[in-house]
Amino acid sequence: MYSQKVMECFMNPQNVGEIENADGVGTVGNPKCGDIMKIYLQIEDNIIRDAKFKTFGCGAAIATSAMLTQMVKGKTIEEAMKITNKAVADALDGLPPVKMHCSCLAEEALKAALWDYAQKNGLTIEGLTPPANRHDEDHAAFGEEN
Amino acid sequence: MIYLDHAATTPVKPEVLAAMLPYFTEHYGNPSSVYKIAQRNRKAIDDARAVVAEHLGAQPNEIFFTSGGTEADNWAIKGIAEAFKEKGNHIITTNIEHHAVLHPCQYLEKHGYEVTYLEVDPDGLVTAEQVEAAIRPETILITIMYANNEIGTIMPIAEIGAVAKKHGIVFHTDAVQAIGHLPIDVRAQNIDLLSLSGHKFYGPKGTGALYIRRGLQLPPLLHGGGQERNRRAGTENVPGIVGLAKAMALAYEDLEAKNAKIKALRDYLIDGIMTQIPYCRLNGHREQRLPNNVNISFEFIEGESLLLLLDMAGIAASSGSACTSGSLDPSHVLLALGLPHEQAHGSIRFTLGEDNTREEMDQVLEKLPSFVERLRSMSPLYEDFVRQNS
Repeated sequence: MYSQKVMECFMNPQNVGEIENADGVGTVGNPKCGDIMKIYLQIEDNIIRDAKFKTFGCGAAIATSAMLTQMVKGKTIEEAMKITNKAVADALDGLPPVKMHCSCLAEEALKAALWDYAQKNGLTIEGLTPPANRHDEDHAAFGEEN
Repeated sequence: MIYLDHAATTPVKPEVLAAMLPYFTEHYGNPSSVYKIAQRNRKAIDDARAVVAEHLGAQPNEIFFTSGGTEADNWAIKGIAEAFKEKGNHIITTNIEHHAVLHPCQYLEKHGYEVTYLEVDPDGLVTAEQVEAAIRPETILITIMYANNEIGTIMPIAEIGAVAKKHGIVFHTDAVQAIGHLPIDVRAQNIDLLSLSGHKFYGPKGTGALYIRRGLQLPPLLHGGGQERNRRAGTENVPGIVGLAKAMALAYEDLEAKNAKIKALRDYLIDGIMTQIPYCRLNGHREQRLPNNVNISFEFIEGESLLLLLDMAGIAASSGSACTSGSLDPSHVLLALGLPHEQAHGSIRFTLGEDNTREEMDQVLEKLPSFVERLRSMSPLYEDFVRQNS
């Protein structure tokens, strides 16, 4: 059911772990859904120097977390803001429809980490809104969209 | 591959396939036809019916072949609801039934019926006392599974049957996971209706049967031709019926010895996992469980990711039931036991078969701890747990 790319990312995930004294940390999801993603960012001069993750979830959740951290490394905050859930899914050669919410979660985790960074540093990032835990809502909403 | 998902399905045994094959080709006649090649098929069905009846302690004319367990469950539940609608509109079941029972019950609720879903205890058991306490004057059906497909807990069927008999209420049991694995006697256990499925005991998929106690008027679910004595229309699946009966006969051969072997492997696997891996929970009753069922929650990790790692290592197991993988909700059975969502999400079921070996269990026990460790090292829940306890 998963693409080769998802399986590769799941079997050998890059960037697993924590960043001590991270500049931004975002946690989204909840145990009820079976997915929790925590993203750590190290940011210097507006550039994401390092990104790591910890994820409780299915194969797709782990693969999307790993892919997201790979995609944001070296990007400016503005560039990172443009990464959509679809871009993450595409980078994995697609996800099964029922798993598209994992890519949404990855995008939300990134934004939550950026929000944390902005809050800590008194910054405003254009287009960034406070993270609402949208994942409390019904999964079906995500599944049907995709 | 190490196949540990026998509760999902089993391979057809070579002897079963051999018995079936002639009925696809040379013996292709429609059993309802009058000529000889057809009549031979009529006899094959009658013989199969006698075999199934024998192993249930029933009479052949109480056995009706179906397309599987789901049809048998639907027929029993919807049929009783219709037949007894003048008498009442209340059904008693449990909150851990298979969806083939739960969904027909929910369907009937939309049509004016009331359903009591008895809550199981933390081991997955209901008691006959619970059943009796739920009985109302308008109760028309008690439907309780023989053994649970996910956690393997075996219900006190004879006691529940006695309660049903005492109150004159029809008792149906979904015995899909029990048939071929446990001895069953519908008379002694006061069972009025029993569903079974061929592919759970090395028979073909798409085959099943409903036992209907003689004298019980159950209207048909499928209307059409006069097959199965006017109660289940549709040309008989002759090869399937022959295969089902052959598989059933084989399943009950040396049942005790086979169960003793499987149970020993089951306990070896359970004990091995519980001693080698911390923060685990065995789901289901420790003793009163199917001889082949192991269901364990691994805290702080999610079941599907563990299944994928096992799959890559050539080990086939399942999380929840195969019917629900693909849905994101945790198993209703595990939630009914009182497990928190994250533990329900982190559960794996291993179901053993006749061909599994001690060496295979050793291979699972060799690989599983490192897989769990690897996923825990990625888990924010485990990180929080370690931080809080350090």
